[in-house]
Amino acid sequence: MAVDKQTVEQLAELARIAISEETVDEVGKRLGNVLQLVDQLQSVHTEGVAPMAHPLDEVQVLRPDAVTEPDQREAFQELAPQAEQGLYLVPKVID
Amino acid sequence: MHQLTIAEIIRGLREREFSSVEITRQLLTRIEQLDGDLNSFITTTPEQALQQAGAADQRLAAGDAPLLCGVPIAHKDIFCTHGVRTSCGSKMLDNFVPPYDAHVVEQLQAAGAVSLGKTNMDEFAMGSSNETSFYGPVKNPWNPEHVPGGSSGGSAAAVAAQLVPGATATDTGGSIRQPAALTGTTGLKPTYGRVSRWGMIAFASSLDQGGPIARTAEDVAHLLTAMAGHDRRDSTSLDRPVPDFAASLNDDIRGLRIGVPKEYFSEGLNAEAAARVQDALKEYERLGAQLVEISLPHTHLAVPAYYVIAPAEASANLSRFDGVRYGYRCENPADLRDLYMRSRGEGFGEEVKRRILVGAYALSAGYYDAYYNKAQQVRRLIKQDFVQAFEQVDVVMGPTAPNPAFRLNEKTDDPVAMYLEDIYTISANLAGLPAMSLPCGQAGGLPVGLQIIGNYLDEGRMLNAAHQFQQATDWHRATAPFAQAAGEQ
Repeated sequence: MAVDKQTVEQLAELARIAISEETVDEVGKRLGNVLQLVDQLQSVHTEGVAPMAHPLDEVQVLRPDAVTEPDQREAFQELAPQAEQGLYLVPKVID
Repeated sequence: MHQLTIAEIIRGLREREFSSVEITRQLLTRIEQLDGDLNSFITTTPEQALQQAGAADQRLAAGDAPLLCGVPIAHKDIFCTHGVRTSCGSKMLDNFVPPYDAHVVEQLQAAGAVSLGKTNMDEFAMGSSNETSFYGPVKNPWNPEHVPGGSSGGSAAAVAAQLVPGATATDTGGSIRQPAALTGTTGLKPTYGRVSRWGMIAFASSLDQGGPIARTAEDVAHLLTAMAGHDRRDSTSLDRPVPDFAASLNDDIRGLRIGVPKEYFSEGLNAEAAARVQDALKEYERLGAQLVEISLPHTHLAVPAYYVIAPAEASANLSRFDGVRYGYRCENPADLRDLYMRSRGEGFGEEVKRRILVGAYALSAGYYDAYYNKAQQVRRLIKQDFVQAFEQVDVVMGPTAPNPAFRLNEKTDDPVAMYLEDIYTISANLAGLPAMSLPCGQAGGLPVGLQIIGNYLDEGRMLNAAHQFQQATDWHRATAPFAQAAGEQ
């Protein structure tokens, strides 16, 4: 079953992805197909099964709280669409 | 020289039959002349390659050369390369030149390998045909009207076309093994955590794993030995010793217990492909292995669980592409929201957007338990199937993909049909197990892959089994028509 227009628009908003008016129906249809596929999961009993987050059940490692990386701000900011005086520029947020 | 395997190149370089500069130059010429039709590379780096090859020749002459010194390879364009554009097959990163190398790139550099460039791939590794790449589809060297598989289709096609003897790749749901199967090459996805994900652009972090594609199990063993190893910059990297995977290739496989899951030979498997896999299993029996029928009862739930977990993780991972710090930014954004919405709407392709939206759905309020949590529970059931199986058998074998290479555009309009191409490969990612594909015959003139799934950290045994098969058969030596036709160049 297709995902309705309102849901597609809500997901697009959550994901911050512009979806053109003409493609909303098609996107909804294809999302519906994928959701139909994953709905097979509902057929299996999983009561008492612990969700699996890591295949080897490893835990996160801790490291000393020490500086290990050099400052590369300039190299990183060279990649930015717009940066100035060490700041990333975006359209005005506050009027 | 382009026909040589990595093992042969290692010998040839050491015996001074040719230099690294010579073979590097020849392969670069071949890529320049032939890859226009194939489209397996996004970027080539001839100057850097020749420089690295020259340095390798000096080390070889000085006698202090590491194993892969002077051996030409290529990197999937998902691995960050310092100073070399890394696009991940996406318009979003078309202009992205990383300021650092991925751990895998560092490791191979330290082992002396020479990088010829970056290979084509499905956008953000999301696809099974290489048709979602911003840089256009890759052709299958066995038949240019067919896909090479994906997402590591460029790496697989380049190896099959003999443009390069080996390449790096990544596998989130089959992206090393399925293209290896479809192009008649040998590829291995290691145990989750074996190879560091540092500098490997993230798709689904609990499933992603880097690995090699080459023409033989022996070559894969050499590449994997160099790529694997603990890296503190990846918090999921395993701190376990890395053996020389080539050291156990010649172990005796008599008595090897091979589990054959009945669920892997059910409806949906191409009959000719099934017959070739059965032939391969008989060959293993002749080699002294023992076949044991096993059951992996949750197999049918692997694809549904994957298409919750992978999109959910992708939607979180890909939120970093915001048009602010790097990557694509739309023209004349009206405000910050417009900048985000249009940069992402225009920068991502259709399949990537679809998976982000599915992920957003699965993680949204009210659906989390029904989808994400449920999928993670099913994931444990799938893992338990394997844990039980490995109590009775040493390795599991079956088909890599349900079909040989399909035609370009055959499945692009039906995402779910495309997803089902990974039906036999996804389980190993969900369980975190190592798995590989090697050629075991042909169907309709196209290669068929045999999949070997091993127990945790048991890559050595899988490679041993694969190498023994390749000593007894010559499917891995079958040359793609594209490479043959272009043989003299």
